[in-house]
Amino acid sequence: MIVSKKDIPNLLDKMIAEYDVLAPVKKDNFTVFKPIASGADAVLGEGNTKLPAKELFFPQSEKLFSYSVTEEGAKLDAPMDDKKKVLFGVRPCDARSLKLLDNVFDNDKFQDPYYLTRRANTVMVGIGCNMPSSTCFCTSVNSGPFDTSGLDILLVDTGDAYVVELVTDKGKALADQAGLAAASDADKTAAAAAKEAAVVTCQVNTDGLKAKLDVNFYDPIWEKIHEKCLGCGACTYLCPTCHCFDIVDDAVDCAGCRVRNWDSCAFPLFTLHGSGHNPRTSNKERYRNRIMHKFKYFVDNFNEIGCVGCGRCIKNCPVNMDIRVVLENIRGSEARLDS
Amino acid sequence: MMKNPYLPLPMKLVKNFTETEDKLIHTFTLQFLSEEDEKSFPYMPGQFAELCVFGKGEAPFGIASSPTEPGFLKFSVAKVGTVSTALHMLEEGSIVGVRGPLGNSYPVEQFKGKDVVIIGGGFAFTTLRSLATYMMHPDRRSDYGKITVIYGARNPGLLLYKDELAAWEASPDIDLITTVDREAEGWNGRVGFIPSVTGEVAPSASNAHAIICGPPVMIKFTMPVLEKLGFTPETTIMSLENRMKCGIGMCGRCNVGGKYVCKDGPVFTRAQLNELPNEY
Repeated sequence: MIVSKKDIPNLLDKMIAEYDVLAPVKKDNFTVFKPIASGADAVLGEGNTKLPAKELFFPQSEKLFSYSVTEEGAKLDAPMDDKKKVLFGVRPCDARSLKLLDNVFDNDKFQDPYYLTRRANTVMVGIGCNMPSSTCFCTSVNSGPFDTSGLDILLVDTGDAYVVELVTDKGKALADQAGLAAASDADKTAAAAAKEAAVVTCQVNTDGLKAKLDVNFYDPIWEKIHEKCLGCGACTYLCPTCHCFDIVDDAVDCAGCRVRNWDSCAFPLFTLHGSGHNPRTSNKERYRNRIMHKFKYFVDNFNEIGCVGCGRCIKNCPVNMDIRVVLENIRGSEARLDS
Repeated sequence: MMKNPYLPLPMKLVKNFTETEDKLIHTFTLQFLSEEDEKSFPYMPGQFAELCVFGKGEAPFGIASSPTEPGFLKFSVAKVGTVSTALHMLEEGSIVGVRGPLGNSYPVEQFKGKDVVIIGGGFAFTTLRSLATYMMHPDRRSDYGKITVIYGARNPGLLLYKDELAAWEASPDIDLITTVDREAEGWNGRVGFIPSVTGEVAPSASNAHAIICGPPVMIKFTMPVLEKLGFTPETTIMSLENRMKCGIGMCGRCNVGGKYVCKDGPVFTRAQLNELPNEY
């Protein structure tokens, strides 16, 4: 199937009648995912949004339930966001990050109903990346600019149109509703050519990285590697696979709500015991945990690297920490990029 | 509809008891509001729960009562932070929230037919109390061999569950050894730190498990004693604590290596901990 770019606003308008449509929109000098009121608001074809798509399923701040307490008991009310949604224009790396987060929020013992309800009710329509950015390294972490692993539909930009690839039944159902034209052989060839032409230039060699992390917890390299890091946590907030959170009460007298907020392993308070003891005392331990979590613990637990190579942490670090260099250094090879 | 693991069960605080002489540890007895609520909370010794004071927040505490004591839950809580301080000040009759049961439990099935040595220090005795009470229940006592409890505190006033300890002292079902760090007026029992007392008592490691819970320094010095007695990494069991929020393996803070204390623990064998980094 195929859809012409000029028909996209119309297509989205039709979807808006039935779904909450979330798409990248302009905000200051970057793009963010927002529910759109009109198909014309969607800004497609830009690079990744500033904030990852995880916030649409796992908001930065979210009410878990409200309560009122009486002498006889407590009345709890947990809102569940079960609106039908289409996430339109997500990049394959962000879509893949949600596949990874599914492992966390639907683990071997517990299910997070807030996240999973949103996931179940959202159709993921992605756009492949014809021009990966200089900070993208998705192909080094088992993904790629046209990775469909987290998508229901993949759109391939062929200039004036998007060639539509249906990935799942959920995607097929949405495309059937939209009544799209069939793609010609020429369109299919153009799509294949676009995929061919998209090259992720940055490669991080991860061969042997996991084996190294399996044994180097006490290695002196951790003393050095974190030194530049300020512990500001920006990378964790912008990371599409970071999922740490805090739970707090917001209440007056006997009525209020319990709220969860994003938190970060970069902060000392994150692990501080009531006794004053802290298992991750300094930035060294905290930085090590972040690397270990993504490149060892996640692999041990879910058989996947907990990173999708989106490059946000590289682009937004105030002191230019570059995870690609860090990983190379850990592997023990020469630093390929200037850190 | 999937179960929402974030929702607490409202329970009534029926007793707010000052447990220790320094008044810093209170034992809270909470009553289920209905039979249905109680059925929704099947637990085993070693598990914990998130206890919440509505308006202040929630915090994790080991369950001190035993499943053999129906109708209520017991928690012994030190006054440390916002939630525990609020708990200490709560009036009896107040409604609190309990979320759980969470975490794994002591492997009581594995203990069957074996001797069990329980070693506790300070106020880490809570889930150990649950375990001992569970095994001493008349229906279960014959499942286990000799039960030895070695329990110490800095001074006699800091021992938890004094009435029960007196009853255990008199019971043929259990060998109780209590100790305090220093001589104290009115104390006729043992004096000495847990590691040396454990060495003196010298419980047999043959066909036995040791369960140890206490401050890090106590664990550190008791471990070599247990090793010398012949307890192996597989038969030495510990319960870890780390700062927690969700209790269900999602919020990311209580991990030791790739394991979450809340979801994969808090009970680990020494052998399991030997595989993990020393980050707790």
